[in-house]
Amino acid sequence: MSTIEALANREYKYGFVTEIESEVIPRGLSEEIVRLISAKKEEPEWMLEWRLKAYRQWLAMEEPEWANVAYPKIDYQDIIYYSAPKPKETKASLDEVDPQLLEAFEKLGIPLTEQKMLAGVAVDAIFDSVSVATTFKDKLAKEGVIFCSFSEAVREHPEIVKKYLGSVVPYTDNYFAALNSAVFSDGSFCYIPKGVRSPMELSSYFRINNSESGQFERTLIVAEEGSYVSYLEGCTAPKFDKNQLHAAVVELVALDDAQIKYSTVQNWYAGDEEGKGGIYNFVTKRGKCLGRNSKISWTQVETGSAITWKYPSCILQGDNSIGEFYSVALTNHRQQADTGTKMIHIGKNTRSRIISKGISAGRSNNSYRGLVKILPKAEGARNYSQCDSLLIGARSGAHTFPYIEVGNSTAKVEHEASTSKISEDQIFYFNQRGVATEDAVGMIINGFCKEVFRELPMEFAVEATRLLGMKLEGSVG
Amino acid sequence: MLEIRNLHAVIDGNEILRGLDLAVGAGEVHAIMGPNGSGKSTLAKVLAGHPSYEVTEGEVIYQGKNLLELAPDERAREGVFLAFQYPVEIPGVSNANFLRLAYNETRKHRGEEELDPLEFDDLLREKMKIVEMDTSFINRSVNEGFSGGEKKRNEILQMAVLDPRLAILDETDSGLDIDALRIVAGGINQLARPDNAVILVTHYQRLLNYISPDFVHVLYQGRIAKSGGKELAHELERKGYDWLKGSVAAA
Repeated sequence: MSTIEALANREYKYGFVTEIESEVIPRGLSEEIVRLISAKKEEPEWMLEWRLKAYRQWLAMEEPEWANVAYPKIDYQDIIYYSAPKPKETKASLDEVDPQLLEAFEKLGIPLTEQKMLAGVAVDAIFDSVSVATTFKDKLAKEGVIFCSFSEAVREHPEIVKKYLGSVVPYTDNYFAALNSAVFSDGSFCYIPKGVRSPMELSSYFRINNSESGQFERTLIVAEEGSYVSYLEGCTAPKFDKNQLHAAVVELVALDDAQIKYSTVQNWYAGDEEGKGGIYNFVTKRGKCLGRNSKISWTQVETGSAITWKYPSCILQGDNSIGEFYSVALTNHRQQADTGTKMIHIGKNTRSRIISKGISAGRSNNSYRGLVKILPKAEGARNYSQCDSLLIGARSGAHTFPYIEVGNSTAKVEHEASTSKISEDQIFYFNQRGVATEDAVGMIINGFCKEVFRELPMEFAVEATRLLGMKLEGSVG
Repeated sequence: MLEIRNLHAVIDGNEILRGLDLAVGAGEVHAIMGPNGSGKSTLAKVLAGHPSYEVTEGEVIYQGKNLLELAPDERAREGVFLAFQYPVEIPGVSNANFLRLAYNETRKHRGEEELDPLEFDDLLREKMKIVEMDTSFINRSVNEGFSGGEKKRNEILQMAVLDPRLAILDETDSGLDIDALRIVAGGINQLARPDNAVILVTHYQRLLNYISPDFVHVLYQGRIAKSGGKELAHELERKGYDWLKGSVAAA
């Protein structure tokens, strides 16, 4: 393995810190803190009540230990749960956004000013605990599409939020979901009215800047009958020696004949080569195909975070509904990932498809964990799962934990899995044809991931390809 | 074009090449024959720069350059091509993308314009005719699920596309039926031009019915034991390799 082991990470280019004055609340978690966060956001009483119930629930829960990851105990009293750039309040227009923040996002490749915005993509930019700007709101509003920060939705569209908040991921769901429900700060809210196809891609960009704070965002997407939306999220954080917690909740609801396509390119800071620092990405993402013929499709490219614990799932409740999960998870150095999906078939003739590609390099550990559950009434349900692992070097690990529960004899469930390794002979073959080792690895990895990449919106597919190449630079060579 | 002097090479602590000398001029076709384990494939891989082999002594001068100082991909871009005895499969990477990348790397190296996918497609289809390969192979993954004969033909296709200065063919004839052998030989003959050179590593004489070498060398215990013209191949076919033992002892 002389050639396949040396690749080191290129410098993480999003590791900078923006020097900005922030309003932070005292460290630690208590009922007082929950009330304080709610007050900061000027929330209605019902929202506070919901948070408090979640907080009490959380107190009674135990942190899960079943995932194939190892980390020192998290001190929940040592985290700052709210950090917001000062001093501006809510922004009526982008002109009022702090230029320093605009600059920070521009540096991240997310221009927010009108003349520089990416055509065809509306962005909600979230910095630590608050949304700092949402672009193209007016244009979307003309079609009846609501795209705003979660805080704004609580104030402006309480009836929709009340109806769906916690309907897919209740605060009782798991430890991190309960924590998020108690302290969530901001996130994105999307509502696509009946029969509307969103005229542009909606996206959120999450940025953690403060070294002491965690990020606890909450996203809710509701697609009414016959509507369609494609949503993308991206995330980065500066390089700090200390681990930081990111515990998000995402809920998707698709009604009759509606489609939601949700894509993620996750590039949180992963820690250094020795595993120091990096984000703990403990996230609950779930979509409910509530209506007949609805479809929810998750595509994720996970390249960052020290630890990833994440299972974007689909509850296939409506008859003939479809759930999809396409995933590339890349780990390098000391990164750990335990990720996969759950497909819960409830309705008749529901179908699901799982394509998971795990790439492990360095001393990292990459696990796929998935559940396919066919309930007794899910007549004619079908699932196809394919889990492939690619190992780079001799010290990385790949694991697969598929769980299949079938309660209806008419169901068809297929599972395929493979593990392969980039071999010295493959690299030599490329070299002998004049191709340098790095390009060879890039090409093999792109080939390995192409079924997933082709699910991504075009611009993001290019970005994902570039990102993987960058992450592996020096790990083969 | 190529001058090998006193070449010694080891793998896993075993010395396979033990002072090999060979000179190959432009426009020449050389056949390297010899019994199993004599070092034929090792010679091919060492010239291409396979990382498992270590050169412990000697030198290789290729077009005035010290070949051993160049990385494997640099050697390839300088025009050294190895047709592998056992080509590897590369799942997920299409033949077209693989070859276009390889082709353009060499073009870039020579300071020439790269070809875009459409231009390259025309070139590729043209070259595929030489090896009588079905165009469905264009979009299949490199060597994946190919039969032994298809893999060998694919090697010749790559050679035809890359148009190397020095082509080394490592037992390209083994495992081929008569038709495939004819096709492969045809591809090699197209490459043999006054400015190119070919080294054919082969176990059997039968490839030489289709390709006429200018020189035949017999490799034995890591050295060239005997060199001659085309007639030497026939002599080997008749007598086998045993009679060489005496001549090596004498040398």
